[in-house]
Amino acid sequence: MEVKTKNIDTADRNEVKTRRLTGSQAVLECFLAEGVDTIFGYPGGAIMPIYDALYDYQDRLKHILPRHEQGGIHAAQGYARVRRSIGVAMATSGPGATNLVTGLADALMDSTPLVCITGQVFSTLLGSDAFQEVDVIGCTTAVTKWNIQVTKAKDIPIAMAKAFKIANSGRPGPVLIDITKDAQLEEFDFAYDNNVIIRSYRPLPALDVYMVQEAAELINNAKMPLILAGHGIHISRAQQELLTFVEKSGIPVATTIHGLSAISTDHPLSVGMLGMHGNIAPNILTNTCDVLIAIGMRFDDRVTGKLTKYAKQAKVIHIEIDSSEIDKNVLCEVAIHADAKEALTLLTEKVQSKSYPEWLAKFHDYDNIEDKRIISKVLEKREDGTLTMARVVRKISEMTKGQAIVATDVGQHQMIAARYYEYLGHDQWVSSGGAGTMGFGLPAAIGAAIGAPDRTVIAFIGDGGFQMTLQELGVCTQWKVPIKIVILDNEFLGMVRQWQELFHEKRYSVVELQNPNFVMIAEGFGVKAHRIDHESQLEEGIRTMLEYDGAYLLHVMVHKEENVFPMIPSGKAVDEIVY
Amino acid sequence: MDKDTIQEFTLTIFCENITGLLSRIVSVITRRHYNIESLTGSPSAIEGIFRFTLVVNITHEQVRKLVGQIEKQIDVLKVFYYTNDEIIYQEVALYKIPTEVFYGSNSVEKIVRKHNARVLAIEQEYIVIEKTGHLQDTEDLLEEFKKVGIYEFVRSGRVAIVKPMERLNKYLKSLEEDFSPVYN
Repeated sequence: MEVKTKNIDTADRNEVKTRRLTGSQAVLECFLAEGVDTIFGYPGGAIMPIYDALYDYQDRLKHILPRHEQGGIHAAQGYARVRRSIGVAMATSGPGATNLVTGLADALMDSTPLVCITGQVFSTLLGSDAFQEVDVIGCTTAVTKWNIQVTKAKDIPIAMAKAFKIANSGRPGPVLIDITKDAQLEEFDFAYDNNVIIRSYRPLPALDVYMVQEAAELINNAKMPLILAGHGIHISRAQQELLTFVEKSGIPVATTIHGLSAISTDHPLSVGMLGMHGNIAPNILTNTCDVLIAIGMRFDDRVTGKLTKYAKQAKVIHIEIDSSEIDKNVLCEVAIHADAKEALTLLTEKVQSKSYPEWLAKFHDYDNIEDKRIISKVLEKREDGTLTMARVVRKISEMTKGQAIVATDVGQHQMIAARYYEYLGHDQWVSSGGAGTMGFGLPAAIGAAIGAPDRTVIAFIGDGGFQMTLQELGVCTQWKVPIKIVILDNEFLGMVRQWQELFHEKRYSVVELQNPNFVMIAEGFGVKAHRIDHESQLEEGIRTMLEYDGAYLLHVMVHKEENVFPMIPSGKAVDEIVY
Repeated sequence: MDKDTIQEFTLTIFCENITGLLSRIVSVITRRHYNIESLTGSPSAIEGIFRFTLVVNITHEQVRKLVGQIEKQIDVLKVFYYTNDEIIYQEVALYKIPTEVFYGSNSVEKIVRKHNARVLAIEQEYIVIEKTGHLQDTEDLLEEFKKVGIYEFVRSGRVAIVKPMERLNKYLKSLEEDFSPVYN
């Protein structure tokens, strides 16, 4: 590996002492130097030397053994998302490494910083179809922010330094280092300097004050401005800056799904969630507003609906750290290529203090319609005592005072959790957005709970997705991870069924599930569990779960054919939302 | 030409010379279902910086976004894209002709002269001829040789020099200036 950097030629620096270490020890020393305290990994043949070295580091590095590498990487994602720091996953060569691919793709889509280490066969065997040999670099190129294969121990420190720098700077993402077994075993003179400069990588653009001025002018002259807050608010830890900006400018703010908990849902200027199953008001009024201020979001198709009919009347200000996202889906009037926190701080100085009572009233009008037609209906107590997903979620929201970390899987329950949990805290949303990875929920919740041990973690999971990664229940028991798992069971792959009902003449093709006894399964793993199916059991069931000291699974039978509304049908415009 | 017209664009990609980077760049292009018409790699005029030159047939809108995605790759320094009128470009073609077609007639010699091609090697069985030019030039010569008989034909990818003064040096200079200690 030829490395082009400045000021990092550690060998020439007298003050840096070197130590004789193996490549494996070097990997672990680099972890410690980068502040890593937890590793989610699975051992195997080609990564044995690292696991052998780990034996001596158990007091400093906590290692969590998932039951499948995919569970490991999703847990690392959950950990990274609540800590806003790097999650670390390890796997062996071949199938171990390929089992990481889904998690890598998910992390890349959702800008989650990960450093993954995979073992690889001896460098002399590369390309020989050796046992458990897979071209991991080839397999992971499309799903990593950066990846590299290391075949010499001496290249490990610089690869690690680059990996940690790249993963969590600019727009975060997953990186992977594939280390051959001989490089893990080889001894070399180790020194680590993470002050690495990569000349081809400029993650933190300089804020263009002129552009901020332009944006401020647009905002100050706007009659109906709207803020769209995305994941970038969380990533740059700009919740406070967003709040200050919103309150000074008086502009209503809608969030993307990953923007949830960027602003408290009970804030007077919070107008709900965007997108396919978002709220009516911000979706429709996106096509009414005159200035659209998008912050740390990427105009995903689930947010924009039909692009050619998206916010055509509006002048768009796009604050975004990833320059390739600017003008990708939506052309903007003013591009602020910068970190959200920095941009918001300056922008707040330059905008006038205003309020838009008439404009805000329009949101409230739509809110009233949504409340009457949808929300009140799904939240109301059913006479027959059957439960809706929304009612369960809202009840848990109330009983956790809107402060829990909400991890979800993918599907109807995810949209319901996004819509009906009231996000009154911070950094509460751990879900698979861009990739839509079923099976994400349970392991991600485990990772989140390990990353934030002092917070309550609720995992809302559908009966379908749960069965993709339920083996990770074993981790809850072995490491005493006190997550609260809520299975919202409608005995269907609910979202697919909803689409089949709405768009395929109710031809239910392969969406029915004959489910196992989830309570027995949980108890088999040593996780306390209980099943409820009636309104009368709801509050008590939730209370018992929340008060239980340890992991708990609440299996809730819900309405079989409940649909998530409103909905922007695929290919329709945001103002064609169906409600 | 409007932004929706498909046309030929030449991309020059300045990057580190690292194993696997080409595959990363190619995957960015092919995942969008764009075909790479030609691709060449070589060192650039700046020591330590590698350059790829590649040709794609896409719209202006597509090339603009594509360049952003390629530049996003960590080890890529800078990507420029050009239409054909902004560059001087060439391709090299080699032709292996049976020696016997030279016997008895001077038609092949005439062809070689007419096309300003040159003879690289003369063997007992074959003669190797080289022609440098645009795609059409090497294609025309191929057609003529096909009439008299040809063993083998091969053409390189496009190499191109831009008409505007090189922007990379300026860009690199700006990079150096940005390397302050607080640089993230």
